[in-house]
Amino acid sequence: MTIALITSILWVTIRAGTSLLYATVGEILTERAGILNLGVEGIMIVGAVTGFAAAFHTKQVWVGVGVAMLAGAVMASIHAFLSVSLRAEQVVSGLALTIFGTGLANYLGQRLGPKGTPLVGMVGPKFTPTPLSSLAEIPVLGKSVFNQDILTYATYLLVPLLWFFLNRTRPGLHLRAVGENPQTADAMGVNVAGIRYLYTIVGGMLIALGGAHLSLAYTPGWTEGLTAGRGWIAVALVIFATWDPVRAVVGAILFGGINAVQFRMQAAGTTIPAAFLNMLPYAFTIVVLVLITWWEGIRKRVGAPAALGLPYAREEKR
Amino acid sequence: MTEHPTTPAVRMIGIVKRFPGVVANDHVDFEALPGEVHSLLGENGAGKSTLMNILSGLYMPDEGEIHLFGKPVVLRSPRDAIAHGIGMVHQHFMLVEMHTVAENMVLGLRKPRFILNLRQIEREVEQLSAQYGLHVDPRARIWQLSVGEQQRVEILKMLYRGARILILDEPTAVLTPQEVEDLFATLRKMTTEGKTVIFISHKLEEVMVISDRITVLRGGKVVATVNKAETSPSELAKMMVGREVLFRVEKEERQPGEVVLEVSGLCAKNDKGLPALKNVSFTIREGEILGVAGVAGNGQRELAEVLTGLRKATAGTVTVLECDVTNCSPRKIIGEKVGHVPEDRLGMGLVPNLPVSDNVIMKTYKERPISAGPFLNGGAIGRFARRLVEQFNIATPSVQTPVRLLSGGNLQKTLLAREISISPRLMIAMHPTRGLDVGATEAVRRLLLEQRKQGAALLLISEDLDEILELADRILVLYEGEVQGIVPAKDADVAAIGLMMAGVKPGEPAATETERRSA
Repeated sequence: MTIALITSILWVTIRAGTSLLYATVGEILTERAGILNLGVEGIMIVGAVTGFAAAFHTKQVWVGVGVAMLAGAVMASIHAFLSVSLRAEQVVSGLALTIFGTGLANYLGQRLGPKGTPLVGMVGPKFTPTPLSSLAEIPVLGKSVFNQDILTYATYLLVPLLWFFLNRTRPGLHLRAVGENPQTADAMGVNVAGIRYLYTIVGGMLIALGGAHLSLAYTPGWTEGLTAGRGWIAVALVIFATWDPVRAVVGAILFGGINAVQFRMQAAGTTIPAAFLNMLPYAFTIVVLVLITWWEGIRKRVGAPAALGLPYAREEKR
Repeated sequence: MTEHPTTPAVRMIGIVKRFPGVVANDHVDFEALPGEVHSLLGENGAGKSTLMNILSGLYMPDEGEIHLFGKPVVLRSPRDAIAHGIGMVHQHFMLVEMHTVAENMVLGLRKPRFILNLRQIEREVEQLSAQYGLHVDPRARIWQLSVGEQQRVEILKMLYRGARILILDEPTAVLTPQEVEDLFATLRKMTTEGKTVIFISHKLEEVMVISDRITVLRGGKVVATVNKAETSPSELAKMMVGREVLFRVEKEERQPGEVVLEVSGLCAKNDKGLPALKNVSFTIREGEILGVAGVAGNGQRELAEVLTGLRKATAGTVTVLECDVTNCSPRKIIGEKVGHVPEDRLGMGLVPNLPVSDNVIMKTYKERPISAGPFLNGGAIGRFARRLVEQFNIATPSVQTPVRLLSGGNLQKTLLAREISISPRLMIAMHPTRGLDVGATEAVRRLLLEQRKQGAALLLISEDLDEILELADRILVLYEGEVQGIVPAKDADVAAIGLMMAGVKPGEPAATETERRSA
């Protein structure tokens, strides 16, 4: 009984954590290049609605994934253009992107159903959990870690690959250098603007994929406000993870776990109001941010890329 | 060095570069030969750095041509310049602080195609550093290195890229006299191998030591190119400034009075939370200037900040005229008539977008007639500001001009005018003449000496050892946050002070080179 409960909580934890992990890792990639993209929530929700709509009409989940990532790339390139080429204030640009994305998603949700009707309530294709051959025989892990959908399995590979890419490859070195010290990177012949564009867009694609995981796997279908602030949690998780994709896994599991436990408690019919339980992940976000900042404050080793949020122009006299 | 049959390594012809409102380079011609150290001499703003930023591909010239080894080239980016064998060591190092030495070596290169083999890079760096006597640990992170070591990394980085033309922008500003010797030895080694070294400086002495030829720039134009053997420091100075220069500001003898500042057992931490000041004790008397010498980053900034109330002391006491001001607020310390000239004059010293008038009342705004209760008296402020502008010779269109539009020298005069207007008993001045031209430097030094004459105690923190030797009565050397020694300036030995700056206590044998911090 308890083993079954642990297994099921772990299963939901990973499922709920997947979209957060994609969004967090995407934002880490963007921020390591020195661009602060606060449009995560907006990109996620646009990814969710476009992904679901495309999958619904073509009956192909993978088309949904492709369209969501394309939409994410378009959204992120707006931010890249504003913050890299026009050197706009990145906080404002990101916030605008979130507001724009939320509105756009609601509009599209009203129009992209069959013959211009709303998408809400439609049933489309979805990713279903499939056991991973013989690994599914392992007790506890088999029915949780290795009984997920393919987008979740992809994160098992994505995270270590991304860590290796950042720390052990030449393009990864250039990416980190651009986020730490664009003047130096430029003087050494690295294309600062190009790299910032590239990783803002790639990051946006991953963030949108996180949104698509919601509408194509976690809670298949479209409802307004589907992402429910997960984009903001991802922004906080980047700090929690100190800009390290491997630690982002810990964060995503922690937050997915709170979701799962909260779900179980509601199902078990506790007397605690549902609204309070729904609030927990967000309250925990605040607690984690305070603790991380405080703890980092003591150690004085803040992991933020030194040039995060700062525009760069070569011939600017300072 | 009279005949060079070889083709010049660098020829720049008719270079023009305009920035909004200024012509930084006005038809500049410049050439440097293989195997020579060619110095670019000029005051700040003469256009030296701009010219070299063009050669290193950072700026595009508006007009003019560049020839390298006889062939015309267009350098669109630093990458182009590096590909042509041009390496520049900037004044502000182009190093990624959080990365290791080895990672910085390969930054921007196309060589490792995808996967970085850091072990192999580290071995190559070790070989190269042994070859040129530039010792540095390839696994260390840049922020762990001293400034001198960072400079070595910069030079190594250029050699690693196969630079044949090395440009050094004011390389000695951050070094101890001993480190300067080492640097010069490395540069000579490079020129004997046929490499070209372009050495940017405004220090006449070192230009006379290291150069084969010297090109003097003034106001964006070339004044002359001369062989070192055929010139003299005074001739160069005249070309640089355009008039005769007095090298010494007159300082009169003065008997120090009672103790104004007493610091005892002072400890403080830096921004990273590491100890920056360790048990620092000293006193300054009325009419006395105590110069603080040391290589940048050895606790000077923390000392100034603790004394002015901007940083908390973790132990020890600060007493100004028998009043304990340890960890008091800046307001209270200003009330004790402590003036402060911070190192970052536009960031911490003045508010760039506010007019001269608002900037000069920032320490006296609570006093009549400038204010009455919560109300400011515009007329009185204008009169006060105009009086200071006149008294301190500040060149500004009006007192309503935002200070960011003033030149460096006038900024510093504005700042000093404000600090002097509170009739300070103690003045803490950090790098008061850094980045100023010769004329403004002279004016600022005169103002500081005038304060000494008035009986103020002065703490002068400077990286310019010559300035300290010229102005100070006593010299305190800081090394890694500790007082290495306090010596009278009158018969101070530059070599001895240099050794103290490098961490050798007076009396210890010079051989104990405490280069690496073993923490």
